[in-house]
Amino acid sequence: MKATRYSDGTVTYPPRPVGPEGGEPVAEVDLTEYRAEVVTWTVATATPPGVRQPNPLAIVEFDVDGEPVRAIGGLVTDEDGEVNVDIGDDVRPVHVEELRDPEAGIKEPTSQDWDGYRFEPV
Amino acid sequence: MDRVAVIGASMTPFGQREEWILDLLAEAGQAAMVDAGIEGADVQHLYVSNMASGEFEGQTGIMNAVAQDLNCLPAYAARIDQTSSSGGAGVYQAWQSVASGASDLTLLVGGEKMTHRTTAESTDVIASLTHPIEYAHGVTLPSFAGLTARKYLEQYDAPRESLAEVAVKNHKNGVDNPNAQFRKEVEVETVMESPIIADPLRLYDFCPVTDGSAALVFCPESLAREYTDDYVVVSGVAGATDTHVVHDRLDPTTMGGVVESGEAAFGMAGLDPDDVDIAELHDMFTILEFLQFEDLGFAAKGEGWQAVTEGRTEKDGEIPINTSGGLKSKGHPLGASGVAQVHEVYEQLLGEAGPRQLADDPEVGLACNVGGFGNCVITTILERA
Repeated sequence: MKATRYSDGTVTYPPRPVGPEGGEPVAEVDLTEYRAEVVTWTVATATPPGVRQPNPLAIVEFDVDGEPVRAIGGLVTDEDGEVNVDIGDDVRPVHVEELRDPEAGIKEPTSQDWDGYRFEPV
Repeated sequence: MDRVAVIGASMTPFGQREEWILDLLAEAGQAAMVDAGIEGADVQHLYVSNMASGEFEGQTGIMNAVAQDLNCLPAYAARIDQTSSSGGAGVYQAWQSVASGASDLTLLVGGEKMTHRTTAESTDVIASLTHPIEYAHGVTLPSFAGLTARKYLEQYDAPRESLAEVAVKNHKNGVDNPNAQFRKEVEVETVMESPIIADPLRLYDFCPVTDGSAALVFCPESLAREYTDDYVVVSGVAGATDTHVVHDRLDPTTMGGVVESGEAAFGMAGLDPDDVDIAELHDMFTILEFLQFEDLGFAAKGEGWQAVTEGRTEKDGEIPINTSGGLKSKGHPLGASGVAQVHEVYEQLLGEAGPRQLADDPEVGLACNVGGFGNCVITTILERA
């Protein structure tokens, strides 16, 4: 889960060609080495083709050595399919090989990556 | 500087229509030209607001098709795509074409044909505007609304029922709109007991999938009386953007594009939020009405929900919001919505809104059209001439 640090110290996920304050990319930050706090979450039940149903999602905030870095991703559910997080809880990223069926949606399957990270309660 | 006048307006019935995109666009375009008393040959610039006719229907090149169908040749023609704010972006483009002196008569037509697709397919077409990492996770616009609503309710200690009150108000307003998709009142209990779509939001917190179109005719104010004595002027219009990845916004309950475009439009008009008599806000989801109400300066941050629960945004309240029924009740044919918002303000300012007409002769109206989840926003302020 690669974020980018810019020359002015800011960090974003995902990486951008230019940082939010105008800085140049200078380093890669592996967010899997950090824990994050849940900013907000939802469980979407009306999902598009190729997406799990229901689809629990969260916006989370990592603390990267004092620099806040936000990300969005799915939530890992328990064995009963329940979401066990709330705003303010700690989570960690867990790699998932295929987040949705690349062949089922409107986008060209080869146009982007389909693996990524969901968030698991700590 | 010569101000820009709106001398004609129209909208088709919104809902599930048999017509495809080109016929829908022609229907509204013809009606607006009749309203303005012009012919196609008079049109110098033609803009067609539309998000995704290629993706929904397989029809591209729609601006040229409309130019021919409405007999506007050889007018300059362009399609305007700014996702859900394509209509507002068309208003901005039409204003620019006249204000710059490039055109003395501009026709704007906005429309979308969606209902032949399943809701899941339409959701996917719209979700393709998200960042690739968002799309990979199956993030949709409704899921952004759920994420934002949960944060808003917690951050400002607002009751869940306050969101339901938005749906109740806008459905009530839609009953009086003959072109609205839903003309049926709903109760708070109906909203609160409807199926969850993106927790904590439920089915009645969301606008429907809709076919329809709307149109406007613009000219310099110095020429307006050659066509009509009844017109309005665009006194302020501005657009702004916010982050593509929605999670990057420091406060998820603030839409920067609304704040920036609102401030610029008010500055251009020389007006304040207190001067506005009627506003059409982009209530694609009920939570968006709170966000825009606050971000445009009608209420302090976190207090917009109280304006709704206290009835201040009702038709007889201090600032009526979405007298048309809003996207919630009227429907949301993507490229048409921003144009239809201005159509409602136009009719209210000219006293032509029929059973929806506000009693106290509104003089200043505002329309806020939101693209993506606040990714692109256009705010337009209109005044009675």
